Amino acid sequence: MKHCIASLFIFCASLAAVPAAEPTVGSIVPALSGLLPGASLPKITGKVVLVDFWASWCAPCKASFATLSRLQQKYGPKGLVVIGIGVDDEMKDYQTFVQKNQPSFTLAHDSEHKAAAFFNPATMPTSYLVDRNGTIRHIHKGFKGGKTEAEYAAEIQALLGE
Amino acid sequence: MSFLHPNTVMKPSVLFGLSAMLLISSCSDTLVRVKPYERGHLAGPLMDPGRDPLLLTMTQHAYFSREASFGGGGLGGGGCGCN
Repeated sequence: MKHCIASLFIFCASLAAVPAAEPTVGSIVPALSGLLPGASLPKITGKVVLVDFWASWCAPCKASFATLSRLQQKYGPKGLVVIGIGVDDEMKDYQTFVQKNQPSFTLAHDSEHKAAAFFNPATMPTSYLVDRNGTIRHIHKGFKGGKTEAEYAAEIQALLGE
Repeated sequence: MSFLHPNTVMKPSVLFGLSAMLLISSCSDTLVRVKPYERGHLAGPLMDPGRDPLLLTMTQHAYFSREASFGGGGLGGGGCGCN
């Protein structure tokens, strides 16, 4: 009986184990290809990268697409890579949203929520601005139109200048 | 804290209580909590309490009759909790 209860205790303790901490400002971003198996991603070594988590059911995410496209077009030639990671459960929803919005930046479908589980975004959308060394420098939670776009632009310019 | 001494054998009831406590505490976060990126179904139109105006009016009427108060049920945004 005691062994049974002791086993139960160990099982419960394992369930209560604290999960790994999510990346914060100052964390190093691992290779995205490992988190997004099968995705076609551009080379990001030595580039400033904006990793954005979005979903088709998220209205602010849709609003942010125009801004992210503008940023990619303006700062892409200077060394910025925008990668939008869609977290839709259904591939159909993901594809319909992409066809409708036609963004001009790289997209990847996180069908298994592997990348989302690693980054653990606090809200939708959440974006991570990564410097040329692969370190997260800024995290944006949510999208607030022109205010967020201005913040993006200032931060990207600063990181591109480093 | 004597029960934590390595030479002390824990009573089954203490172990059972600790197990239950750990199980309940883990249920509150790691097992049940819906992550922001998993809220697609919550953001669906079926989850909108105001999707049927007639049903909404009747529900509000029943609430007013029962509680003698009105309003305060509005919530901004959808079920996804975005932004």
